[in-house]
Amino acid sequence: MALLEAIGVTVRFGGITAVDDAFLSAEPGSITGLIGPNGAGKTTLFNVITGLQPPTKGRIRFKNHDVTRAPVDRRAKMGMGRTFQRLEAFGSLTVRENVQVARDVHAGARSWFGGRKDKRVGELIEIVGLDRYVNQRADSVPTGVARLLEVARALAIEPELLLLDEPSSGLDEAETESFGTLLQNLAREGCAILMVEHDMDLVMGVCELIHVLEFGKVIATGTPAQIRSNRAVQAAYLGFSDDSTTMQVPDDIAAAATAMLAAPNPTETTLSIPAVDGEG
Amino acid sequence: MDVFVSYTIYGLFFGAAYAIAASGLVLTYTTTRVFNLAHGATSMVAAFVFWQLHVDKGMPTWAAILLVLFVFAPLYGIVLERLVMRRVSDAPVGVMLVMTLGLFLFLIGIAQQIWPSNTSKYRYVTQFFGTKSFPVFGVQMYYHYLITIIAAAACAAGLYVMLNRTRIGTAMRAAVDNRELLQLFGANSNRVSILSWIIGSQMAAVAGILLVAKTGLDYYQLTFLVINAFAAAMLGRLRSLPFTYLGSILLGLAIGYSQYVHGSELLENGLQFALPTLMLFLILIFVPEVRLRVGQVKGVLAANVPSARRALTTGVVFFFLALFVTELLNPTNTLRFGEALVFGITMLSLVLLTGYGGYVSLSQLTFVGVGAAVVCKFNTSSPVAILVAVLITAGVGAAVALPVLRLTGLYLALATMAFGQLMDYLVFNASFMFGFGGKINAKRVSLFGYDFSDTTSYVALELAVFVLLGLGLLTIRRGAVGRLLIALRDSPAACATLGLNQRWFRVAVFSVSAGVAGLAGALMAGLQGYAAPGDYKEFQSLPLLLAAAVAGITTVSGAFAGGLLLMLLPVLAATSTALSGLEFLVLGGGAILLARDPNGLVNLFYRGMRAVVPRMPVPGWVTQRAASAPKPAEVDGEEDEDLDEIPEAQVAGHGVA
Repeated sequence: MALLEAIGVTVRFGGITAVDDAFLSAEPGSITGLIGPNGAGKTTLFNVITGLQPPTKGRIRFKNHDVTRAPVDRRAKMGMGRTFQRLEAFGSLTVRENVQVARDVHAGARSWFGGRKDKRVGELIEIVGLDRYVNQRADSVPTGVARLLEVARALAIEPELLLLDEPSSGLDEAETESFGTLLQNLAREGCAILMVEHDMDLVMGVCELIHVLEFGKVIATGTPAQIRSNRAVQAAYLGFSDDSTTMQVPDDIAAAATAMLAAPNPTETTLSIPAVDGEG
Repeated sequence: MDVFVSYTIYGLFFGAAYAIAASGLVLTYTTTRVFNLAHGATSMVAAFVFWQLHVDKGMPTWAAILLVLFVFAPLYGIVLERLVMRRVSDAPVGVMLVMTLGLFLFLIGIAQQIWPSNTSKYRYVTQFFGTKSFPVFGVQMYYHYLITIIAAAACAAGLYVMLNRTRIGTAMRAAVDNRELLQLFGANSNRVSILSWIIGSQMAAVAGILLVAKTGLDYYQLTFLVINAFAAAMLGRLRSLPFTYLGSILLGLAIGYSQYVHGSELLENGLQFALPTLMLFLILIFVPEVRLRVGQVKGVLAANVPSARRALTTGVVFFFLALFVTELLNPTNTLRFGEALVFGITMLSLVLLTGYGGYVSLSQLTFVGVGAAVVCKFNTSSPVAILVAVLITAGVGAAVALPVLRLTGLYLALATMAFGQLMDYLVFNASFMFGFGGKINAKRVSLFGYDFSDTTSYVALELAVFVLLGLGLLTIRRGAVGRLLIALRDSPAACATLGLNQRWFRVAVFSVSAGVAGLAGALMAGLQGYAAPGDYKEFQSLPLLLAAAVAGITTVSGAFAGGLLLMLLPVLAATSTALSGLEFLVLGGGAILLARDPNGLVNLFYRGMRAVVPRMPVPGWVTQRAASAPKPAEVDGEEDEDLDEIPEAQVAGHGVA
């Protein structure tokens, strides 16, 4: 039984379908990748899973409970932790305080008046490698550091499912590599990780399963090898398209990809609305 | 039947006038994202200008109307946009509220200066066409009512045509959805903004001119029209103009039919004023929870606080210094200082709520009044009375916050204002509280056999309470709750994804803040020896909040300075008639100028001190947001004159929210 299941999730904003009947799952102890071009609906899907965005249709199951209607904080208490694509670090607090807040929330209101030192705060900061920055305000650290901080903060609530939204952007190559190791260690400890990521080396390197999202639809699901050899996926996202390749593409995926490529770009219609010139 | 028709007509008249006011409010709010608390104040000023032209100078009605609507209102709108609103549009909600509230008081102050009330001349404006009327379903309808209803219909039609059939109207509608995108497409959003404020001001002026014959020409009645307009607009979630019209008509009819109610004088008088508030709360309960938004601007307020030891030292030094000063004061000034301390304690409750939490309460003095009333009811010198007063006030605070706190800070602020009005009309004037227009006596508390009957000793008690509360506040700020408050303000979405139940946390914070205000009220009753409803009017909460914001709403020393400021201004204003209205002008103007820096005058003082003593460290003061060098918390080495928390970073673009 999967730890997390998204079942037929659809999100519509007015006339736009951001997520279209998407299915995906995440297993304990494994790293699942969610890839797709910008605007494919990855972050929206994350928001549905964590409860920030109610779906138009579909259900979210977590730990065998239907949590579709559960508020954000209850899902977090059940063991969902996440980071944000557009950073949501607490800018006025230091790196240490950011993690401390998460620990405080995790420990519950009774602990707020005790004043004990929580050793885990330092450990978490060390795990993501931010020792240098502990006393720096979160709005003054580089983007990559803030992303790692969000990871540490999410880990502070001891999640069973960790949702990472583009965690490696802003990290250099070496940092990305050690970040990949960190993820693998976390998975080894039993954490289920669902990751939106654009760095294909990282995704292909650590993920066991990858879902490919395009225009809100999951158009392919498979192991890195399967995804890598999927011609439509190559052409659309991986940027090393090769028409001469003879690799096998499953029929349904090929059909979906063809249909997808043939479809007009739905975002065009939205962008043309406020056609107002200088006189406006 | 005749009665029903005449109440209906009466209700439609009010509904039509509210619709005009409310749609102006909605228009400016949706296109510029500034909720103008001073919308009703605009109506008030326009009504005074109309009176000046029409009644005082004897201009024909039509000429006066044309001048007000097409000369005064547009000029006013342009000045407003350039000097105030443009600076607010990207500010956090708290800053926006404090600034437009500043405008609210400033306009009242201006009106008091230009049209002082202490002349023998009684000002009034009569209905258009006087009492001329025509029959409708067997009752007589005033032409004034018909004109109002036609005006509302004309405004609706005009707005519809402008928004749907003109290019600038399209730009305005686009601005509702996405201002940044609009700019990318080459539209001039400043022009949209100016036009919004012109039209908004015109609509406020129309409503003011139509209503003034009913409300009378005074500084407050029309100014509080903003509550009615807000209540009506809430039906359309502050966005939909058709629903705003519907809400206005419903509210007007409810006021019309409320005349069926006969009973006590209180009920008859109060109901009309309480209806908008009741409607507001009713709607708020049914408004769905506001979604947490991600990708919002982060808070950038530096949050350095003094160490426990340093806070304690400065607290003790401050206590004895202030005690020494108190001994030197004459009895009148001792009493005044005692009042300033009560204000200071009330402002400590705002430091928690607004300074740390980013929430704005526009009825803090109402909570003070509740505390005072409870202590008076007990009429005992036992400290238990104070404790009960604190608990009851905290409970009232929780009850007010509960339906509203799941919404955004704007709704909370407006709901507190409505709550304060409700208390004014229905509770503080009721016989079970103070008796109508009456006052009740209170005994001073006695502790361990000491009765504090001497005012100086009572002030010493207040000082002790202030210092202890200040220390407590700083302890909270240093601990988990303080961090959570800041975190919640920086990113509610992140807090939720960590598992924080924000609603209860916020209710708790609001409740504690109300409880502290209740304590201030209990002390006030003891200081004065009585409590009277006039001292705790909703309106007085507004200068209180502004004084706190001007002095520095993020610090304990700011609360002390704010208390002194609020006490001193009326004293100064009373010294000369030329200074009447000074309080509102200073606080309103000060808030407009200073609101973008929530650290207020206290912070400026520290910066000024640094100019004099260049080496003097200004704790926590960061000149630029991007000061990326690690900045270890400074905890020692500074000397302050009074109990002080470190003034927080002064960063452009950040405010109390």
